[in-house]
Amino acid sequence: MAMEQQSIWDATDTLSRPVSKRDIFFDKVFRWVTHAFTLGTIFVLFYIVFKIGGKALPVISEFGLEFITSTTWDVNAGKFGILPEIWGTLYSSILALILGGSFGIAIAIFLTQDFLHYRIQIVLKNIIELLAAIPSVVYGLWGIFVLIPLIRPLADYLHNHFGWIPFFSTSLSGPGMFPAALVLSIMILPTVAAISQDALLAVPLKTKEAAYGMGTTRWEAILRVMLPTASGGIFGSLVLGFGRALGETMALAMLVGNSNDISLSVFSPADTLATLLALNFPEAGEYEASVLMYAACVLLLITLLVNIAGATIITRCDCRSMK
Amino acid sequence: MFMKSSDVAENLYKTHSMPYENISEEIVLNCQAERIFYGDFLAVRDSSVPILKNQITGFIGPSGCGKSTVLKSINRMNDLVHGFRFEGKILFHNIDIYNKKVDPVNVRRSIGMVFQQPNPFSMSIYENVAFGLRLNRYKGNMDEKVEQALRGAALWDEVKNKLKNNGTSLSGGQQQRLCIARAIATEPRVLLMDEPCSALDPIATRQIEELMVKLKERFTLVIVTHNMQQAQRVADQTAFFSVDISQGGRTGYLVEMGPTRELFENPKEQLTEEYLSGEFS
Repeated sequence: MAMEQQSIWDATDTLSRPVSKRDIFFDKVFRWVTHAFTLGTIFVLFYIVFKIGGKALPVISEFGLEFITSTTWDVNAGKFGILPEIWGTLYSSILALILGGSFGIAIAIFLTQDFLHYRIQIVLKNIIELLAAIPSVVYGLWGIFVLIPLIRPLADYLHNHFGWIPFFSTSLSGPGMFPAALVLSIMILPTVAAISQDALLAVPLKTKEAAYGMGTTRWEAILRVMLPTASGGIFGSLVLGFGRALGETMALAMLVGNSNDISLSVFSPADTLATLLALNFPEAGEYEASVLMYAACVLLLITLLVNIAGATIITRCDCRSMK
Repeated sequence: MFMKSSDVAENLYKTHSMPYENISEEIVLNCQAERIFYGDFLAVRDSSVPILKNQITGFIGPSGCGKSTVLKSINRMNDLVHGFRFEGKILFHNIDIYNKKVDPVNVRRSIGMVFQQPNPFSMSIYENVAFGLRLNRYKGNMDEKVEQALRGAALWDEVKNKLKNNGTSLSGGQQQRLCIARAIATEPRVLLMDEPCSALDPIATRQIEELMVKLKERFTLVIVTHNMQQAQRVADQTAFFSVDISQGGRTGYLVEMGPTRELFENPKEQLTEEYLSGEFS
């Protein structure tokens, strides 16, 4: 066998040579390194879930589902419930998704469909992506010192004239759901805009040509062809933006008001799971720490479900358009 | 399977087609391109191509001779290209479609186009065909029109049981016929085809060619092809374009045009003869 293999390289009329031992060695090392890093990442993920779950386990068995449905949080009485925080997390994120999502998609359309000169498009795209570079705490400060004074007249007007609408039923006393959701929407806007832009740019030129060739105006081409074709990616951008909003902590801790209430009014203070964790862990004893771990598990579960739902819908959309 | 679907198409056309003697020498569209630019680049010069009603006009010529540029100028698709400039006239029903008052969107609605690469939308087969009808706010029986267009494109038998499937799930040849169905659903007066078979295998090509011959009974067709046999098989009139490199750039122009058989058997220009006999490409 070995002899036979050797023989094909005996020829003198070719410059090709057998793979050297060194090449084979590096090939193997490269493969093992990538495998190790991949497995390491997966291991870290499971380790985090395992540790948090483990610490929360005694509390999970003690409170059970009541923890999720109860609204009292009293450390002294040993009563814990996070329904207001779950509500606040979802409510602020959904508001941010509606605001930031519509702005983000509109920006993506404006910057990809030849409305502007190519160079201006690039400049604007980069400026919008810079929004993602602003630290969360800076957003928080800006929210407290600029945004809240700025929106107060509007909030007062809405509350005085449209107070009968549940969304405006309380007055804005300072921090609250509305400024928090506004800042959140600015924070998720670059994510939504950037990924939606990529999705719109990925629509093949021939599809665009087909639309214009049928005699569509620019709006018809965008609404009837470009957006539906890019819908998978656009939806993905919304899911990622939503995921980011669910977990956002610092800016919300500064803006949302940290009040353990459930209210439909966007002007009343509220609380979210992430800010609950951030603000309570410094004074937490071992028992309270487990309670917070349970809350962390709930947050983890929510983001996980959102991401799985998003990924499922995206792959389904992609499969349809790829076929 | 193919024979069957084309029989269906034939039956359909028996009821719709005009008697043969009605096919006239009427010029439905007169393309008089003096100069076509992309930015500073002169892409095409002096190409006057009359398009005859209910005939197939084929554009042939070597790469870069401007045949696609001229074709895409006819329904103003080139307006989407930055720096495009058209000097000359294209008279369509005695209106110059490059007149400033003419909206290119309206031009494209009455002059349909089939592209080189099949480009169905990522939506159902039905919606692909209904696209133009909805765009033009057609109020009648949508199902009937969709079926009629799919039969016209010899695709109905293959897709009638899966109209809800995505148009992009079809094979290449089927996709191209779907694009033809989409284009003819709104019954445009002229149908432009830019190398419609270049991405297809020989069987699918054959199907499209037979379809073109049928379609000319109802529509006026202009096709660009780099396949001279295809031009001989389907085109009634053939326009031969070539490239002029004497001015430094590569500028395309019309060398000669005439009935296909005449042009192939008895070319007037030496350049045409050389090209047709394969002396250069």
